[in-house]
Amino acid sequence: MATINVNLISGRSIQQGVAMEGGKEKPLYRTACGIIELDPSDLKKLGAWKNTNVRVTSEYGSVVVKAIETTQGPHPGIAFIPMGPWANQIVNPNTYSTGMPTFKGTPVKVEVAPNQPVLLGIELVQKACRGEPT
Amino acid sequence: MTKTIPDVICPFCGTLCDDLEVVVSDDGKKLLEVYNACVIGTEKFLHSQATDRVTRPRLAQPDGTYKEISYEEAADYTAKMLAAAKKPLMYGWSSTNCEAQSMGHEIAEMVGAVVDNTAAVCHGTTLIAVQDIGLPTCTLGEVKNRADRIIFWGCNPAHAHPRHMSRYSIFPRGFFTGKGHKSRKIVVVDPRVTDTAKMADIHLQITQGQDYELLNAFRVAIRGEWLPDVVAGIPKERIYEAAEMLKGGRFGIIFFGMGVTQTLGKNHNIDEAIAVTKDLNDYTKFSIMPMRGHYNVTGSGEVLAWQFGYPYSVDLSRGFARYNPGDTSSIDLLARGEVDAMFTLGSDPGSHFPFRCVKRISELPSVCVDPHLTPTSGVSKLHVPVAFVGVEVGGNCYRMDNVPIDARKVVEPPEGMLTDEQFLTMVRDRVKKIKGVA
Repeated sequence: MATINVNLISGRSIQQGVAMEGGKEKPLYRTACGIIELDPSDLKKLGAWKNTNVRVTSEYGSVVVKAIETTQGPHPGIAFIPMGPWANQIVNPNTYSTGMPTFKGTPVKVEVAPNQPVLLGIELVQKACRGEPT
Repeated sequence: MTKTIPDVICPFCGTLCDDLEVVVSDDGKKLLEVYNACVIGTEKFLHSQATDRVTRPRLAQPDGTYKEISYEEAADYTAKMLAAAKKPLMYGWSSTNCEAQSMGHEIAEMVGAVVDNTAAVCHGTTLIAVQDIGLPTCTLGEVKNRADRIIFWGCNPAHAHPRHMSRYSIFPRGFFTGKGHKSRKIVVVDPRVTDTAKMADIHLQITQGQDYELLNAFRVAIRGEWLPDVVAGIPKERIYEAAEMLKGGRFGIIFFGMGVTQTLGKNHNIDEAIAVTKDLNDYTKFSIMPMRGHYNVTGSGEVLAWQFGYPYSVDLSRGFARYNPGDTSSIDLLARGEVDAMFTLGSDPGSHFPFRCVKRISELPSVCVDPHLTPTSGVSKLHVPVAFVGVEVGGNCYRMDNVPIDARKVVEPPEGMLTDEQFLTMVRDRVKKIKGVA
């Protein structure tokens, strides 16, 4: 199965904002934030259909999210996961003595994982805290 | 019959819109409709009416279930936890009013806590840069009435501050900007073609992580000096073109967001952005403003600075205020395991902190005060639901340009629910007793 290496950034999306205010325990929060926005050319390299589950892995962790075609592109080589528990499994937590983690610019590996589920927000955090695979 | 309440303040983002209209039932107990708000603000108001809302404190049991307890028991638990800890972290404060923040600080001073707000993962590096070289800024009213050159650098208000552009920065017709968006030129710097970038006259699709280089190139271009052919993925001609456009305005402003504060370079990126503003003032009038996220994160910085002298990451554990981001900041304290209790109010670090820190929170004695169910409440030992500030209780809040605005109460909270301030007052009184403070 093909894998691609991309540069991950996270940040606000309006769907993330709405889902967050609507309740982080709800499936809508997962729909809004348990995704990775990839450029069409990167999706092609990955050999994945749109809306396929993928495993995203960095030096700091690993998480399953749904790969969708970017809504604010083109941005080849850059991947976007809205801010939230999914992105935070894999972002670079180092602050380099500034107090601020490096939420933007984490090198990640993306591989297709169609049979692995995207967990709900609270479930994801609780499972990860218990050391179970996410 | 229903009542329409005009001029309601929206408690979502730092734009702090003050023109909402909310329709409530005649007895003031049900919130029915929200007008003028963005989709996120509307959702925030309407979610307060959810039927599945948690209305009493819940204590996590060893088997993973929750036991409902009274507010008195919850205040006892919180006070004991804070008083017993050597160095508790009291984090959040951005989604509550200034009155509650002040009460929280009183507790923090008694128990020797570290007080930090969400600037820690948002505009903390901005605050460091401001302390480095100052901030030539203005209010949003001046932007609306005067600004004809707008830069959005590493921010995406179309998604994060949805009404910012229509109320202040792109579309409104102001005193000297009578033609609305036709009287303004917009520059967006972002590695993605964001929905904000789609509205720009010039979009510079920068190579991610090279903000410092491009800002520096702007300083060079503004002076008309030599540039290499390409800087941060942008051809030099476009940089010169943008620089000339900025110099040609009567009043300009740089709005910047997480794209510069969270990218490598951090506070130095903002140092350079402020220096660009300073340089542009040799040619025209220019200002700069951080796009603050939570509706009252600015207020938390104001209250902390007023009471302790520093805007965030204030360590009171030695009996006096210390401030040293990287040392006294939440992320570093949690990652290094230097705090022994976690108190969260008005924020959700469970979602928005890197996982390493969240795991640490789950291992500590912890209390989460939040109207919503969140990943933080999911990993905390005690969850205390409270009334929504700005919906069910009023209070003072600060807009992103440091203008204080009083939020309004529009609807009654569910029967018997306390506000942040009431709960903190109960905790404060109990801590006083435990610590023997008169």
